Amino acid sequence: MTLDIVQMVLVTVLAAATPLILAAIGELVAERAGVLNLGVEGMMIFGAAVSFAVAMQTGSTLLGALGGAGAGLGLAALFGLLTVGLAANQVASGLSLTILGLGLSGLVGANYVGIKRDPAPQLAIPGLTDLPGIGRLLFGQDAFVYAAVALVAAVSWFLWRTRAGLTLRAIGDDPIATHALGLKVRRVRFLSVLFGGACAGLGGAYLALAYTPFWSPGMTAGRGWIALALVVFATWRPLRVAAGALLFGGATVLQLHAQAAGLGLPGQLLSALPYLATVLALVLLSLGGRQGGSPAPAALGRVFTPSR
Amino acid sequence: MRLDLVPRIRRSAVLDILAPALAFVAAVMVGGVAVAALGVSPGAAFVTYFVTPLSDVWSLQEIALKAAPLALIATGLAFCYRADLWNIGAEGQFVVGGLAGGWVGVATHGSGGSVWILPAMLAAGALAGAAYALIPAVLKVRLGVSEILTSLMLVYVAQLLLDYMVRGPLRDPAGYNFPQSVGFEAAARLPYLMEGETLHAGVLIALAAVGLGTFVLARTLFGFEVRLVGASPRAARFAGFSDARLTLAVFAISGGAAGLAGIVEVAGRIGQLQPEISPGYGFTAIIVAFLGRLSPPGILVAALVIALTTIGGEGAQIDLKLPLDLTRAFQGLLLGLVLGADVFARYHVRLVPGGPVSRTAP
Repeated sequence: MTLDIVQMVLVTVLAAATPLILAAIGELVAERAGVLNLGVEGMMIFGAAVSFAVAMQTGSTLLGALGGAGAGLGLAALFGLLTVGLAANQVASGLSLTILGLGLSGLVGANYVGIKRDPAPQLAIPGLTDLPGIGRLLFGQDAFVYAAVALVAAVSWFLWRTRAGLTLRAIGDDPIATHALGLKVRRVRFLSVLFGGACAGLGGAYLALAYTPFWSPGMTAGRGWIALALVVFATWRPLRVAAGALLFGGATVLQLHAQAAGLGLPGQLLSALPYLATVLALVLLSLGGRQGGSPAPAALGRVFTPSR
Repeated sequence: MRLDLVPRIRRSAVLDILAPALAFVAAVMVGGVAVAALGVSPGAAFVTYFVTPLSDVWSLQEIALKAAPLALIATGLAFCYRADLWNIGAEGQFVVGGLAGGWVGVATHGSGGSVWILPAMLAAGALAGAAYALIPAVLKVRLGVSEILTSLMLVYVAQLLLDYMVRGPLRDPAGYNFPQSVGFEAAARLPYLMEGETLHAGVLIALAAVGLGTFVLARTLFGFEVRLVGASPRAARFAGFSDARLTLAVFAISGGAAGLAGIVEVAGRIGQLQPEISPGYGFTAIIVAFLGRLSPPGILVAALVIALTTIGGEGAQIDLKLPLDLTRAFQGLLLGLVLGADVFARYHVRLVPGGPVSRTAP
């Protein structure tokens, strides 16, 4: 019995962590290639709006998810054109992307406010899903959750076990040297940005199609920014992104329960916890990791223009 | 086919002005297509957005009132961004400034109306905004924590703090449980510039800040330091300028300006504390700062343009049923295009047929 309660809590923690994992794992790849895209929040919410609109129009959750990923990818292409193609400032371009994405999401979602959809279907394997204690957690999730887990594994493998992954990390550390070696710095960076955008869009789609499942303006509520912080917190390592996202998911669930239980604390304080926790996590990280240099990709945030 | 960027030896003064203007034209054209897609005549929308607001006294005042906080915040942000430091939490500093200054207004309510109340409110707002901005600055200087993320996270915290204070300690006891403070007395309000109109003295404060910002950036050693650190950090270090001191200074300036804008809004237009005191001025000011090319005079022009589109957007919502999100999307697109257009002022841009760059290297 208690085992089932523990499982229920873990299921909700995983659900709260999934959008963060999706958005952060994509941003991690872009940052490993040296591109800081602050537009995650914008790509995420645009993905959420488009995915919901597509799913409502077609009746298909899968098409909705693809639409969300595509929306994030589209915005990311704009960002890549600006920062990789035209060498524009990455911080400012990312902010413009967030503002643009928020506006576009409102336009796309305007007709869908207040409509609820059935949540994305969850896996059900007779026998396995009903296993007490772990069945629902391991075999009863929706496809987004499994996709997030698979993406973490795939990105981890790609970055540290393949030649292309090594190239990508090298470009993030020293674009000038890798360019001199004949590697295609701008192409790799652009593709990394696109991957990040698709992941952020998918994270938004999860919110609109599985987590809530409805569309409301501003529904990402800063999750894109928390995903950015997670990448720093995880010192640019995929498995730690997943671990950090679960921690944050846990904090979110804890906050919801505390609010429901009415501990006498102001609700606003509890709502502020995820943001305060993010600041605290960044502080603790830099306190802990002061020796041995920064774990960040050395050329992160710096524009690259090839010399001839 | 590849894109070649060759740095210009000297920045072209003509292109420096032309680039943002062209970006604006391009954004208007894209906006026109979007408006047409929403089933409204682009011509009618253009008139509603950019012409109607200029045609009567009331909306001209509204433009000035909206441009004032934007120009004030963006002038402060220009110091940060010039020095290559990224305070993106001006919205939170605005809120904290409004809260602290408004608190003074609430605390002095019924005290008889001394002439010192308003200056004390303005000072409290600016100081609180500066102090709030110093949190990410100190974390950056001391621990190397990214100022981008901490300053942004503190925006949410500030908004929730204001919400708590207005619903709790600062709520008007005689206000039928509405989440708002008492209405300020006349001594705690910014005076109107003309009898019976909406324009208040906050506009003058913003103009003074723009003037002061122009002078400090262009004519003082500190302004030189800010510009040098942004343009060439190595040179600045050789010149003996301290990174840490400059970081703290520009954050305090930008936070102080945002906090001042916050209390100007509270003591000016609103006249009491409410759960929400900003329609996103702190974020819009980032667009304004870049649209104005990080120079205070340019920022003043940009603030007026953005205020015009915002007022126009409100008009379009009423007259043409165009959603307000269209304005936000337009502003985001405009910022992106301005940043893209900047490339043409900094580089010779060439589309070259042929393979990757490395093969043509000598």
